[in-house]
Amino acid sequence: MTEIADIVLLILMIVLAVAISRMHNLFMAAMMMGIFSFLSAIIFTLLDAVDVAFTEAAVGAGVSTVLLLGTLSLTTREEKVAPKNNALALLVVLITGSALIYGTLDMPMFGDPNAPVHQHVADRYIEKSGEEMGIPNIVTSVLASYRGYDTLGEVTVIFTAGVGVILLLGYIWRKEDEQ
Amino acid sequence: MTVGLLNDWACMVLMMIGLYTVIARPNLVKKLIGLSIFQVSVFLLYISMGKVSGGTAPILSEGIEVYSNPLPHVLILTAIVVGIATLSLGLALVVRIGEAYDTIEEDEIIERDLVND
Amino acid sequence: MKHQSIPRVVGKWLIPPILLFALYVQFHGDFGPGGGFQAGVIFAAAVVLYALIFGLQAAKQIVKPRIIETLVALGVLLYAGTGLISLFLGYNFLDYTALDPDSAPHGQHLGIFLVELGVGITVAAVMIAIFFAFAGRRRLR
Repeated sequence: MTEIADIVLLILMIVLAVAISRMHNLFMAAMMMGIFSFLSAIIFTLLDAVDVAFTEAAVGAGVSTVLLLGTLSLTTREEKVAPKNNALALLVVLITGSALIYGTLDMPMFGDPNAPVHQHVADRYIEKSGEEMGIPNIVTSVLASYRGYDTLGEVTVIFTAGVGVILLLGYIWRKEDEQ
Repeated sequence: MTVGLLNDWACMVLMMIGLYTVIARPNLVKKLIGLSIFQVSVFLLYISMGKVSGGTAPILSEGIEVYSNPLPHVLILTAIVVGIATLSLGLALVVRIGEAYDTIEEDEIIERDLVND
Repeated sequence: MKHQSIPRVVGKWLIPPILLFALYVQFHGDFGPGGGFQAGVIFAAAVVLYALIFGLQAAKQIVKPRIIETLVALGVLLYAGTGLISLFLGYNFLDYTALDPDSAPHGQHLGIFLVELGVGITVAAVMIAIFFAFAGRRRLR
């Protein structure tokens, strides 16, 4: 049942991605991106990644749609219709895509418990994190403790991006706001 | 019914749709949307690698033996939030480019640059 | 949307539960799905919803941009500071056992709590700051 739902949702996502790519109304494309994110969040739930699904639903369908719409209101809503045919781009994409699909032939099958990705540190996290950290959510203990360095780096990236946006678009507070 | 490699293939197709949008569409906002599609396909690829058949979400509870791999979840969880932060930085750049050139179409921007030289 | 009554009424009912849910996700992230990243985004979403319904100026009256700018840096400082405390107590950087050497799980729990709080503060503040920066900019043409 999970597998059927997974495949149906993936097909829906591909159809939606093609539609977004061909659409000239950027306003509609931004709204469609929200639906696209929601579909991916459902797939994440089916694949047991509840924390990821949670984040994707809040970020993809909420904040990023608002930011895209904000940009469109400051620039333009309609994409200019490109007259030329992009045969070269299509060729590049087809070659890259077939190389990548050739590469996936060596990948382990879906859900295989003996796949290389499960042989490294994951077992240790699952067995030991309960007694070492005293909290049941393994994702949180890996995120904040075992891989605390990574997360510190990610938070710094978010901080830097925020500072960059403030510098690019001007200060977010002005004197008249304070009164 | 087995999924086999279908998940990976679907990710590759999505990835290529995103790449095509980035290369072929001259509009800068559309390029960023294409980049987001590409990004989501990478997230899907990682998460489908972490799935274990018969497993459940990696939150410890009584009577459950098999959990899915928590490591890809951690990587992708942070990548999503970093992704939105960098997307907003890109959108801020697009807004400034739009103000400076009065257009956000790549070919028109290049034309204007050539005229100014 | 200032003059439409349905979004105003629905917003007034929805925004407090969203804020409460953000706090729940933040502090319950150790036991169920959730954590600082999600909580920060949900908190910011509540502020964005408020600004969309009642106007940007009203939102800036409640969530002062000057405070937001401070919080952007404060979260990262809290995170790195937790690491530095463990460093000064003679343990490795970000080794939370230092916070309670007698009982390792308790120290780890406290460390994870502080770090997640730092993440939540930074993410929420950055998202709100980005929204204010985009929404506050006027179209030039």
